[in-house]
Amino acid sequence: MSTLKGRNLISITDFSKEEYIEVLDIAEGFEKNPKQKILSDKVVATLFFEPSTRTRLSFESAANQLGARIIGFSDPGGTSVQKGESLHDTIVMVSSYSDLIVMRNPKEGSSRYASEVASVPVINAGDGANQHPTQCMLDLYSIRKTQGTLENLNIAMVGDLKYGRTVHSLVQAMCNFNATFHLVSPVELKLPSSVKMSIKDAGLKYYQYTEIKDIIPTADIIYMTRVQRERFPDPMEYERVKDSCILSADMLKGCKENMRILHPLPRVNEITTDVDKTPYAYYFQQAQNGVYVRQALMAAILGVR
Amino acid sequence: MENKKELVVSAIENGTVIDHIPTQSVYQVIRILGLEKYKDEVLIGNYLNSQKLEKKGIIKIKNKHFTKEEISKIALVAPFATIINIENYKVVDKFQAELPDHIENFIRCANPKCITNSEAVPTKFDVVDHENLKLRCHYCEKFTTMETMKFTE
Repeated sequence: MSTLKGRNLISITDFSKEEYIEVLDIAEGFEKNPKQKILSDKVVATLFFEPSTRTRLSFESAANQLGARIIGFSDPGGTSVQKGESLHDTIVMVSSYSDLIVMRNPKEGSSRYASEVASVPVINAGDGANQHPTQCMLDLYSIRKTQGTLENLNIAMVGDLKYGRTVHSLVQAMCNFNATFHLVSPVELKLPSSVKMSIKDAGLKYYQYTEIKDIIPTADIIYMTRVQRERFPDPMEYERVKDSCILSADMLKGCKENMRILHPLPRVNEITTDVDKTPYAYYFQQAQNGVYVRQALMAAILGVR
Repeated sequence: MENKKELVVSAIENGTVIDHIPTQSVYQVIRILGLEKYKDEVLIGNYLNSQKLEKKGIIKIKNKHFTKEEISKIALVAPFATIINIENYKVVDKFQAELPDHIENFIRCANPKCITNSEAVPTKFDVVDHENLKLRCHYCEKFTTMETMKFTE
């Protein structure tokens, strides 16, 4: 009997290493055969209190392919939320209409709170800058799929390591798998010390760089993120560092053959389009993997896998 | 007679003595315990000589014993204060105010984007560092420290 039935997924630390692996194994089955009508008697509520393209569509695609009915909204405008209804009341009401709630809300901690007042399981699809655990699960799936394992890998992370929540979650998750971390960022956007501490606490190593070229020969995975202009109080600083975190095809000479480039998307200019045609680009397949991972999570939590 | 040297205010028959309060925290302790509104005898001393702290504050509250939650509040603003329960002029219990591992309700999360600051959600924290007073919000997972701490109204 799976331990995942009836569980909430709010933060990446809610699941154990064994449970991540269980979800990835189930997702593999859905990749081979994605259209299975195993949730045809279920209703999934997708409550998106702020806009999202990839996450909402991939959850809805995942639920549709499993035969579930979907209710919800992609914008709180026109709902009772706009009339001032509390999150508490919205969640209590939606609980009575659905078997599972998928929620994105800009307030940090809102998903944890929703899971405490809901009578059905809640999956966090992003609570502000806090957690986005299904993104992390699909990152793990993509890493395992491209490398054949999650163990003992050299993981390079590039860009905004300070504010990027996907980076923090992925570091936390990969600490379970004996990874070595290679961190490339402008000085202003270095990985926070609390996250570095979790690497140290796991007895693992990290190395810091300011230029991508230094990590090309060693990386098994290059995880790219966007450096946003608004993160810099001084626009001159942004201009000075903005090109240090751009990856182009000519920089990939000398990389390992198994190396793959991941990106949570949307991309702006941090990966030039000439990289898309190289065998190392994996970001679009990564987004596609999100559907299988979300199918696996919904099926496992609803107890049909 | 030795006791008399330390206790510069009169003894109480029943109630609680909060001793070894850092001098800067005495009025904060009064505030967080709501003692301004307490309708019985409260004796307050500050900048008294102390072997332990050099100078200390002390509060004696007649006919009042504190709950676990109230003692957590004392520990937050006056770490290691001594709580002395008195009955019939005798000490029946004496212990240090210590922070529990979890704190609920009376502190606000320092993160303005936290759900607890926009909805009527009671706050919950894990105390991750007892010595340097660092609390981790159960909801938004951000840290609240001594410098950013505010009490709920």
